[in-house]
Amino acid sequence: MGKYIEMIRIRFLMMLAYRTNYYSGILIYSINIGAYYFLWNAIYGDKGSIEGMSALQMTSYISIAWMARAFYFNNIDREIAQEIKEGKVAIEFIRPYNYLLMKTMQGLGEGIFRLSFFSVPGMVVVMFIFPIAFSTNPATWLLFALALVFSFLINMQINLLTGILTFFFYNNMGLIRAKRVVIDLFSGLLLPISFFPGWAQKIMDFLPFQGISYVPSMIFTESFSGSEVINAVLFQVVWVLILILPIQILWLIARKQLVVQGG
Amino acid sequence: MENMIEVKELRKEFKSHSSRSGLKGAFRDLLTRNYKVVPAVNDISFSVKRGEMVGYIGENGAGKSTSIKMLTGILTPTSGTVRVNGMDPHKEREQFVRSIGVVFGQRSQLWWDIAVQESFRLLKKVYNVPDDVYNVHMNHVIESLDIGPLLDKPVRKLSLGQRMRCELAAALLHNPPLLFLDEPTIGLDVLVKLKIREFLKEMNAKYNTTVLLTTHDLSDIEALCERVVMLDEGKIIYDGQLSSLRSNWGEGKQIEFQFADTAVTKHSLQPLLAELDAAWTPGNRQNVWIANVLNEEHVISEVIGRVVAAHKITDLKVHEISIEDIIRNIYEEGITNG
Repeated sequence: MGKYIEMIRIRFLMMLAYRTNYYSGILIYSINIGAYYFLWNAIYGDKGSIEGMSALQMTSYISIAWMARAFYFNNIDREIAQEIKEGKVAIEFIRPYNYLLMKTMQGLGEGIFRLSFFSVPGMVVVMFIFPIAFSTNPATWLLFALALVFSFLINMQINLLTGILTFFFYNNMGLIRAKRVVIDLFSGLLLPISFFPGWAQKIMDFLPFQGISYVPSMIFTESFSGSEVINAVLFQVVWVLILILPIQILWLIARKQLVVQGG
Repeated sequence: MENMIEVKELRKEFKSHSSRSGLKGAFRDLLTRNYKVVPAVNDISFSVKRGEMVGYIGENGAGKSTSIKMLTGILTPTSGTVRVNGMDPHKEREQFVRSIGVVFGQRSQLWWDIAVQESFRLLKKVYNVPDDVYNVHMNHVIESLDIGPLLDKPVRKLSLGQRMRCELAAALLHNPPLLFLDEPTIGLDVLVKLKIREFLKEMNAKYNTTVLLTTHDLSDIEALCERVVMLDEGKIIYDGQLSSLRSNWGEGKQIEFQFADTAVTKHSLQPLLAELDAAWTPGNRQNVWIANVLNEEHVISEVIGRVVAAHKITDLKVHEISIEDIIRNIYEEGITNG
């Protein structure tokens, strides 16, 4: 286990090595939150609530959704694709560890770094600028933290899946970009799932994406009540378990027919 | 002595598609593709004993890297068996890779953006090396390779020679009994090369480390290996002592004449070597010609005597045929001509 913990530390060091990325990240996230704040305020106008959410809940939803994104979002799929394309993955196969688990740990290292040096201070700044409703109920915070862990796992698994597909397509930058847009839209980052038309909501109930952003944000803003919270977390757990299967299968096939590119 | 590496009838085929020509062909390729099965490694067998240092040589595309990748468990063989250190590299991967060290000259295995010592620290954890063992072993390695001052620098700031020494240290961090080196001295200057060679010899003497070395620089092989395995088009064409390679194929000497008269031609020189079983080849300048002769006293004296009597010369050199020439001859003419 020590080696996996060590990997988190290494990732921390790597994040610190590139400070410009860090600063520009803060800027991009602030602009996004600001833009959506004004957009939703304009949509709400003088309406009290839409789809059962008040304007205050909505702006809190948007801010927390973006701050949570800083934790679960990473470019591990891109990294895997690159390592496969450059043939670097060969090096990973001569190491006595599980490559996918190691990548997950790198993602976690990145997530923890951004959560502590980026989301938390960022949230304090946002609080001074826009009115945001924070729950005072410790249970909400606990459930939110739990949901956030699962949203990291689901997003990570989807990233691993897209990354591994490079073994079969050799160049799948298009797929990686498409995945990013799909996740931003269907995870509820841009628009809460309850705002989609009924038929679209039904389809999305059978997809893992809302477990990434919608569930933790709804828990945080206390828009879910009672058994809805438990069901939402269970939804995440089930998807984490389901996604293990295709990853393992594709990984085994990929290892069998691995072609190391570039000599 | 036990065998460290045992390879039997090892074969690896790659499926490669050939593109049709022209725009029409490109459209047809969208629907169906022509596949060709190409064997990169073609039923090779050999074994390496513990503590041996073996040179594994061949031209580009001869199948060296592919076979190394099968030996290290990166690629699965199409057929045949591999036993390395008593294990199947592919099936018992995690257990197996603990017993090997690998250096790929063309790829870095250190983390690019962080200090070398952080990479070492991670590898130490990955291989579960206890502190006391690590300290004794690595202090020695760091001192021999002279990389102490580089440890706190990020890898991207190192020069190639500095990086290569760090790579070697990283590969030996867990003191593996078997070391694969894939072109470790590519692009390095003479001093670094010498340092790396010396270090490898020392490791071999101290820990009885088995080394399999591929390189295009034959001086590496001459300095380190007693035995060579030579590959061509996926097949082993020579497996044996480096010294017998020289005695079997390198018997002759080359006498290089530089003539005062630039008008000398092969035609005018040819009669001088009549009945002597020797041949002329052009040198690197217009008035330089090389006589390839047998390594026998009377032949050498006779050739020099006849040439000097017939033409004025400005320079004369006698060379032994180098390993490089021998290997080039083998590749050009095939092993049967020996």
